[in-house]
Amino acid sequence: MSDTLFLTAIELKGTGAHSQAWRCPDSRAEEVFTAGFWIDQLQAADRAGVDVAFLGDSFASRTLEAAAVAARAAALTEKIGLVPTITVTHTEPFHISKQIASLDFASHGRAGWQVEVSPGAEQAALFGRKAEQDNSSLWREADEAVEVVTRLWDSWEDDAEIRDVESGRFIDRDKLHYIDFEGENFSVKGPSITPRSPQGQPLVVIRVDSTESVSVAAARADIVRIAADTVENAATVAARIRRAVVAEGRDPADVFVLLDVETLVSDSAAEELAQLDNWAGHVRVAESVSHIGDLAGLHLLLGSVEAAGLDGVTLVPLALPSGVAALPATDTRSGSTLRERLGLRRPANLYAREGKSL
Amino acid sequence: MTKKQIHLGAHFPGVNNTTVWADPESKSQIEFDSFVHLAESAERGLFDFFFLAEGLRLREHRNKIHDLDVVGRPDTLTVLNALASVTSRLGLAGTINTTFNEPFELAKQFSSLDHLSDGRAAWNMVTSSDAFTGENFRRGGYLDRADRYVRANEVIDVARKFWDSWQSDAFVVDRERGVFGRESEIGTVRHSGPQFDVEGRFTLPRSPQGHPVLLQAGDSDEGREFGAAKADAIFTIHGTLEDGQKFYSDVKGRLAKYGRDHDDLKVLPAATFVLGDSAQDAAEKADHIRHQQVSGRTAIAFLEQVWGQDLSAYDPDGPLPDIEPSGDVSITRGRARHGDPRTIAQQYRERAEADNLSIRELIIAMTTRQQFVGTPAHVAEEIDGYVQNNASDGFILVPHITPAGLDEFVDRVIPELQDRGSFRTEYTGTTLREHLGLRHPYEQREGVRAS
Repeated sequence: MSDTLFLTAIELKGTGAHSQAWRCPDSRAEEVFTAGFWIDQLQAADRAGVDVAFLGDSFASRTLEAAAVAARAAALTEKIGLVPTITVTHTEPFHISKQIASLDFASHGRAGWQVEVSPGAEQAALFGRKAEQDNSSLWREADEAVEVVTRLWDSWEDDAEIRDVESGRFIDRDKLHYIDFEGENFSVKGPSITPRSPQGQPLVVIRVDSTESVSVAAARADIVRIAADTVENAATVAARIRRAVVAEGRDPADVFVLLDVETLVSDSAAEELAQLDNWAGHVRVAESVSHIGDLAGLHLLLGSVEAAGLDGVTLVPLALPSGVAALPATDTRSGSTLRERLGLRRPANLYAREGKSL
Repeated sequence: MTKKQIHLGAHFPGVNNTTVWADPESKSQIEFDSFVHLAESAERGLFDFFFLAEGLRLREHRNKIHDLDVVGRPDTLTVLNALASVTSRLGLAGTINTTFNEPFELAKQFSSLDHLSDGRAAWNMVTSSDAFTGENFRRGGYLDRADRYVRANEVIDVARKFWDSWQSDAFVVDRERGVFGRESEIGTVRHSGPQFDVEGRFTLPRSPQGHPVLLQAGDSDEGREFGAAKADAIFTIHGTLEDGQKFYSDVKGRLAKYGRDHDDLKVLPAATFVLGDSAQDAAEKADHIRHQQVSGRTAIAFLEQVWGQDLSAYDPDGPLPDIEPSGDVSITRGRARHGDPRTIAQQYRERAEADNLSIRELIIAMTTRQQFVGTPAHVAEEIDGYVQNNASDGFILVPHITPAGLDEFVDRVIPELQDRGSFRTEYTGTTLREHLGLRHPYEQREGVRAS
């Protein structure tokens, strides 16, 4: 991506990434199913100048629906990007499309969507709709779902609403498009019921953890989240993703690659981690580069991530809400929509570009 | 003695021809500020709830997307969650289809809304009856009409099993002993039925209202039965006091067999209103509004729905076509049909002849829903009359202007209703269930009566 823009994102999920974080005295675990808990964290991250908040979700985790939390916070935050996870395995892409577009309207252009799949027999049984799928089947379906959602986002041209009193027409129907998608998993007619949103295309985020997810991310994501055990290895992974992006015929300058960095930031962070691990009864294995220490140390680490050529980081606090309170302050950016703040252009409408032959 | 209290819902003027988009006051139907405006007005007026309708495919007429009416709406749950941050007491009600959603997902979504709004969620349960809408979903349109109702019933049953699966004391945070949620108080749901085989544990604790208030719209015998068995409030449209009273006593009479009380189901017809400084002023305004809602082209399009063919050659200010309906009954898709075309055409003819009406005047006459037209005092008297005489428990008001269409009602009619002692002067509860005077769902199901 850009040489000057280094993104800071944060992942908010429950009381933090450590399974025992709720036991910390200041965890506010009693409030984890209330709006106040989430609003406070999102507002703190917003004030600290964090670019994007990823709100984790799955049908297996005990958490409020992330898209609902993002919508609840829209009017109470100002600049931060709101990116809920919505899984695609059991959910209709038509619903996802209007959900994220509506979040984009409610937040005046700050919406994104983290695409995830729902693996395993347990989640499949909650729906009883289809059998457990393997990773390859899950991501083939995800690939189609993203195609459907992004086409629906463009199914209204920007100037489709005309309100022409003279002719009595509210819309110019020639500027609405059937997407007529036919795939292995879906057939969706369109157009969306929701007009094109402020960003045109809200940002698509994919966290890669398998060969299958890498290829979908390379083809479709605006932000790719990666994990690695060292900064050096992260640079290698990022380079591989950029090559895959190029192979898809896309400009790698359009894609941000962010490294997950697990954090526990305080002057006594090591003791706190020891306490958390002690409660768990085992030592937690880090899932990516981590920083257990003070704020100065975190700045040094972020500097080395930037120097290694990554486009930014996703801070993954092991414990919340203390992990948000300890955020490093970052420069604020200009622009009102998330795309503008990230220096990304508002994409031309697919159907307007291709003309009316569709 | 305390008078029976009126319940009011505020319908966001959505996608249809009753929203007068050509009016200079009309603003966006999609920008969030519009939803905020109507919701804030409704809360200022102490309404029970804000209401959002849904439609999952754009309507078509003669194989083209309909372009005369307001088109374009948001995702219902997203708007309701977002509105929870700019209101504090107002109930948040949304229509969500049971045909194109899965019970676990719905249970989680509505539980989330109820948690995030501190107990203000309501779900208007509808079914979809056409393959046309199904073309936007992988489930598609393959369910036949009867099965859609079977599915709706089962969706609610399964959702309730999930909502009920956490005991009220299941969510605890005991740091000392390391207990986050009492697993023994969280049940595993196992459901096997014609539509669903589902098994697993729900992921959210019981929400402030137990589960959302359940709303249902439908006038058929099946719909009334469904409402009596499962809904907390039922929507309807009845034009006269007598029709309203018949419906009211019919659905209330069905409650006992489900172990429910008279007050466990509220009857809330949809109604429009036009206010004026005098009766004549209001009548003139109402006539003007109806002519804005039904243009000549709109009138012809309505008629084409019945006749099933292109009638664009006919003059909307002239007489009805002298030909019989014969064409394609699905000429308009994405909108509920009216019944047998020949019967309807006959009714139209009789009415047009009796009152000497042009096509446009006829359509205006035939499509006018229950309206309260008059001075604020008169409209208050009428509304109160319907409620005190058991034709309804209140109304869902449908303004014709987005988003300011409720403002005048709040400023001028609400005080009149308050003066009559029929409407609250402040919110006395915090949850929608409390606003509506409904018992907790478990009390209703377990037959617990308030002492």
